Amino acid sequence: MRGRPLLYVDYNKEQSLFPTIAQKVLLAIGALIAISVPFGLVPGFKFLASPGWLQLLVIALIFMIGAAGLNIVTGMAGQISLGHAFFMGIGAYTTAALSGSSTEALWGMELPMWFGVIVGGLVAAGLGILIAPTAVRVRGLYLAIVTLGLVFIGQHLFRNWNQVAGIAELGRNWGPFQLSLWDIDGPTLDLATDGEWFGFFLPGQGKAYLFMLVVAALFLLLAKNLARTRIGRSFAAIRDRDIAAEVMGVNEAKAKTQAFAISSFYAGVAGGLYATFLGFLPPEQWSLFLSVQFIAIVLIGGAGTVIGVVLGTLFVQLLPRLVENFTGFLSDQIADGTWLAPIADIVIKTGSGDFGVLSLDAQGAGLSIFQANTVLYGLLIAVFLIFEPLGLYGIWLKVRNYWKGWPFTY
Amino acid sequence: MTTHSHVGKRTLADWRHRGGGDYEHLLEFRDVSLAFKGVKALTDVSFHVDDGELFAVIGPNGAGKTSTFNCLNGVYKPQEGEILWKGESLLGKRPDVIAGHGIARTFQNIELFAHMTVLENLLTGRHVRTNVGPLAGALWFGSAKKEELENRALVEDIIDLLEIKAWRKYPVALLPYGIQKRVELGRALAMEPELLLLDEPVAGMNLEETEDMARFILDIREELGIAIILVEHDMGLVMDIADRIMVLDFGVEIAVGAPAAIQSDPQVIKAYLGEDF
Ligand SMILES: Nc1ncnc2c1ncn2[C@@H]1O[C@H](COP(=O)(O)OP(=O)(O)OP(=O)(O)O)[C@@H](O)[C@H]1O
Ligand SMILES: [Mg+2]
Repeated sequence: MRGRPLLYVDYNKEQSLFPTIAQKVLLAIGALIAISVPFGLVPGFKFLASPGWLQLLVIALIFMIGAAGLNIVTGMAGQISLGHAFFMGIGAYTTAALSGSSTEALWGMELPMWFGVIVGGLVAAGLGILIAPTAVRVRGLYLAIVTLGLVFIGQHLFRNWNQVAGIAELGRNWGPFQLSLWDIDGPTLDLATDGEWFGFFLPGQGKAYLFMLVVAALFLLLAKNLARTRIGRSFAAIRDRDIAAEVMGVNEAKAKTQAFAISSFYAGVAGGLYATFLGFLPPEQWSLFLSVQFIAIVLIGGAGTVIGVVLGTLFVQLLPRLVENFTGFLSDQIADGTWLAPIADIVIKTGSGDFGVLSLDAQGAGLSIFQANTVLYGLLIAVFLIFEPLGLYGIWLKVRNYWKGWPFTY
Repeated sequence: MTTHSHVGKRTLADWRHRGGGDYEHLLEFRDVSLAFKGVKALTDVSFHVDDGELFAVIGPNGAGKTSTFNCLNGVYKPQEGEILWKGESLLGKRPDVIAGHGIARTFQNIELFAHMTVLENLLTGRHVRTNVGPLAGALWFGSAKKEELENRALVEDIIDLLEIKAWRKYPVALLPYGIQKRVELGRALAMEPELLLLDEPVAGMNLEETEDMARFILDIREELGIAIILVEHDMGLVMDIADRIMVLDFGVEIAVGAPAAIQSDPQVIKAYLGEDF
């Protein structure tokens, strides 16, 4: 078999998740690098070990779980849902009510985080099942509009249900970000405070990162398995040709219900983890912008593929940081008066008398960094939809096929 | 590039339908009528198909051939009449339930799952014959893995039978038309049907492709014992391979019988065959 990497001698081997040696090696290297991040061991990746970067990466990992969920309903089953933020909010507030601490004004049962998060996922899944019949009746853009309605219903609910979500403008506290079996007072694994793990001193974010790496890997693996088995194929069949799928024996209503339930479960879990990790959030958090971010991840990454979810999330989550760094770089250029200064001066607005597209202080004309990001997401979604419908995954395929044919690059 | 090794014990040959059972006909249409807002697509159509039979339906464009299939699949609901499968009514059942009874189909305009590979399309055909749920699938539990491997072995047999080995891993959208038609046939076969509905399987094919397809159809009937209803405009093919033929014209059944009888039926010659004979 040596020297013939594409020869498989049985289907069992061929159907394993990572059939080739090259894939296994790549995966192992990737996993090692990912695990080593908070320890700052690998040259070139040391800067990631700072609390700031780790915080960003933890959020990216949580978003990967949420995006894997949207990918199931939108990427695999082809049902456009703008309601993802709603299901995340449901998961987050269920978690808060179960694992948050109670005051006179707030509900909180002080149960362990894992319990709150899982139940949050299940409650979101239950609501997903209630929504699914709509997806059987309305399709495409109409479904997008109906699910958009969910976000607004959610916002109204969260803003007014003060015992659960806190006072409208302020929000509420979630429970501690720690793993305990049942007794909340004795954390088995404290993920929030700095401390020593495996003989290394780690910031709280470093511990949270390692925990979330395991959880996200698990959820991505489950999604990948789902995609390659019977139910995943039935989703894709409904997406590609719904009438033919039914004539082939796929129950449309059942498939859509399953897709919405699983997707909402992922959203609920991601919402619960996100809120508990950040610790304090206002009800405004679960807005349309959040849903759009997830749509952007799925479309930019490459709808329907799990690797696309990973690429898309990293891209969308790290983009604001890049924009920030870029504007920082430009204002340095102006300050130092380099040859780039005139161009930089056009792009960013420094003082109140200056003009520029991006404004660094939040006053007057010009886009704030947040607004610039929103515009960028929109632009990127449009660009990918038009030029590369397979997303980053498609670009990766092209690169791979290029090297496969090397040196015969026709 | 891939060699064979059957993990599952069942192979294509094991499916062979011997037919027989406590019913008069495998399938029976009794006075089925279907109308779309005044347009009568089918009027009092009656026929039956027995185990292992190759039954052909012919007729000019718009005669109601595809509509007959759609009624049978549960996609259209006929206003009158009765459709019996092994003596039991199919009317009012959902398409996926009817598929579960063992009725598979190919489409006049190819309806493959465009974003899937050939292999995935065929595996999707296994949906009705398998039952691993979302949780077991996601966890890749013992039964899920076993079922996947069994599916794969059966699907590989179909790939052999239809000679589409070379295309196994290709997204179907990239395949030539003739191959897509074969893949669609394979997907229907993967359902282990007892009745196979073929809607113009050789439309748009050249002579060689037509001969290949005719050979596959005969193989399927001979080796697997599956009853077939064939809708086809290619008169030569129909006369060569059908056991019995029904002629439709404007939704009305004008003759049913053996090929020789149909060829010499004056009404048929007048309505349809005309210049061809
Ligand atoms: N969904 C529909 N809505 C309205 N009319 C329909 C519909 N489906 C079929 N018809 C009409 O029913 C009649 C029969 O159509 P059908 O598709 O069954 O014909 P056919 O025999 O398959 O023709 P062809 O050889 O062109 O495939 C036609 O007059 C057609 O216009
Ligand atoms: Mg037709």
